[in-house]
Amino acid sequence: MKVEAKPKEQVAESTMTTGADVFIRSLVDADVDTVFGYPGGAVLPIYDALYRADTPFEHILCRHEQGLIHAAEGYARVTGKPGVVIATSGPGATNLITGITDAMMDSLPVVIFTGQVATGVIGTDAFQEADIIGITTPITKYNYQVTDLTELPRVVKEAFHIASTGRPGPVVVDIPKNIAQEITAKEFKTDFHLPGYQPTIKPNPLQIRKLADALSRAKRPLLLAGAGVLFAKASEELKTFVEKHQIPVATTLLGLGSFPGTNKLSLGMAGMHGTYAANMGIYEADLLVNIGARFDDRLTGALQHFAPNAKVAHIDIDPAEIGKNVSTKIPVVGDAKEALQLLLNIDIEMNHHQEWLEALENKKQDYPLWYERSNDLISPQWLIEQVYETSNGKAIVTTDVGQHQMWAAQFYKFDQPDKWVTSGGLGTMGFGFPAAIGAQLGAPNELVVSVVGDGGFQMTLQELAVIKQRNLPVKVIIVNNEALGMVRQWQEKFYEERYSESLLSENPDFIKLAESYGIRGMRIEKEEEVPAMLEDIFSYDGPVVVDCRVVKQECVYPMVAPGKGNHEMIGVTK
Amino acid sequence: MKRIITATVQNRSGVLNRITGMLTKRQFNIESISVGTSETEGISKMTFVVEIGDNQKLEQLTKQLNKQIDVLKVSDITDKAIVARELALIKVGSTGQNRTEIQGVITPFRANVIDVSKDSLIIQVTGKPDKVDALINLLKPYGIKELTRTGVTAFQRGRQPEPVQEVNTLLI
Repeated sequence: MKVEAKPKEQVAESTMTTGADVFIRSLVDADVDTVFGYPGGAVLPIYDALYRADTPFEHILCRHEQGLIHAAEGYARVTGKPGVVIATSGPGATNLITGITDAMMDSLPVVIFTGQVATGVIGTDAFQEADIIGITTPITKYNYQVTDLTELPRVVKEAFHIASTGRPGPVVVDIPKNIAQEITAKEFKTDFHLPGYQPTIKPNPLQIRKLADALSRAKRPLLLAGAGVLFAKASEELKTFVEKHQIPVATTLLGLGSFPGTNKLSLGMAGMHGTYAANMGIYEADLLVNIGARFDDRLTGALQHFAPNAKVAHIDIDPAEIGKNVSTKIPVVGDAKEALQLLLNIDIEMNHHQEWLEALENKKQDYPLWYERSNDLISPQWLIEQVYETSNGKAIVTTDVGQHQMWAAQFYKFDQPDKWVTSGGLGTMGFGFPAAIGAQLGAPNELVVSVVGDGGFQMTLQELAVIKQRNLPVKVIIVNNEALGMVRQWQEKFYEERYSESLLSENPDFIKLAESYGIRGMRIEKEEEVPAMLEDIFSYDGPVVVDCRVVKQECVYPMVAPGKGNHEMIGVTK
Repeated sequence: MKRIITATVQNRSGVLNRITGMLTKRQFNIESISVGTSETEGISKMTFVVEIGDNQKLEQLTKQLNKQIDVLKVSDITDKAIVARELALIKVGSTGQNRTEIQGVITPFRANVIDVSKDSLIIQVTGKPDKVDALINLLKPYGIKELTRTGVTAFQRGRQPEPVQEVNTLLI
């Protein structure tokens, strides 16, 4: 017998309000338009309420909870609104852990609702019970277990507030099954007061003054733009400010797009696989102004060699990031946009650094990013350049972690904010494809290209079912080198070519795989096929998976070896 | 260096776990921690004694504590005029013969015997940690059977001498 859902109009209007109905109403009140969810025992009441309710939001059923959370991250990164996840207790919740940690590391606003066993059996190792509060405490901005239904609407409101304000981050709300089932006719109060959570938005004008003074004295100023600029929607202010004072800009991996990659003042990305100009610029600068970056180790390299000549100023909404890794002379706590607006309103005399700009321009010209074209398989860097050209730089690009991620970061010149969705801090394989689903749902009219490795794609490819079901026109480009490329690269460079378990010789036939989901699949092996393929898929109104066979032994350059300073890059030139 | 940090926190479920978890994750070395209710309902006071490498780590510690959503206020009171006390219970092996002798040892510490049995005494002492240390050392020869310390709890004195050396968080 075929199992079919009862049409909604045949469902009797329920006269009873349950905790689950209250929960659904709270989501509506929070202006949620998309929920990524997966049902299960402990959330059955919630799914029943969802079925009965005439909700104005879409529920997207991913095929694994990891898909849910990465999709919610992609949605949050592109829209700036919190991504919303519902998963069941126990395994449903624990499957989210990687993504919650990822969101924590990259400061993405995500609100996660997990089912929980009934309050009466919590702590008895009940079926599908996991201590999700204990498990997620170190990986969330905050978490809640709702033990009293009257608190639920307030908690939901607080959760959205905490996730999306200050330094954004994931918030978990754990809802026991009996709370969702409880029948209620109560009015709820949703007012909240969080005296311990009052993020500083407006910077201290005295600190801004100090920064302005330092800028006016600097001979070799350099600005480092991180994801904080994007969260604050301060790209315009940043551009106006640096163009006014002719300050060169390097970006972090997650800050790509906060400043146009093709702007004359852009030095590109700094860090382990950053450009020569960005890394040497930071090395030689006498004033380094960090806006919204957290001086991650992949950015700084060996700390004793990081910006050794610079006075460091750091604008960050999270005071705990200031001075954490790099000692900072001018701390500025506040929102990047507010800080830049204050700086724009101050007269700063900055005319001492023409030579500095010329020196950096020479570095850009003399040591650009490079690669060698292949005459066999496709050069992965060239492939990315073609994606950039063909999409006119307008695509939203999502990636996993590894070589393909670095090539995308290097060769897709992000000129616009919020087009770059990648797993930075945690470096999560399997992030890119589900993140593209969230990005496409958040930006339905934009071209979303998911650049993934053959390794990472296989970690979350079950979500192909979602792009088929929803006809999401995500373009999956598998940069297929039949290897865990970055692992292989490190084994080549630092482990004398002992390729331990990093070669993926038994990959599936990605065409057949895509087709089995009812999705168009393609394979290309030659460079001359690339332009036509890209024209084809970008004009195709539907999802597509392209298996691009790239040069297997290609390495990402330049590179700062682990433990080295950023001035000790290898592979700067051919 | 040893620092005494106090934190005023909202008494919400899991707050102690969240804070100690953060301290562990960020490799702060907690020597003692004491928690209890305060004069305001729903607000608790925590006192940490931490062993800390340098001022940069200390600044990180106070900032990370401040960042916790349930934390209302963090103070490093090490360099302030403070009263710091802890309580220790010490069970010492004692037969009838040396009870008077032990009483002689503990009297200068204003410690009390709070339980007597056939072969042991339980002594209660309160004071600064070094005073408690000193008494424990003196009692060791009698054989310490059990020992428990509450950890330090501390207050700033009502009047602070001028000038007070500030080693608090970086001025924001």
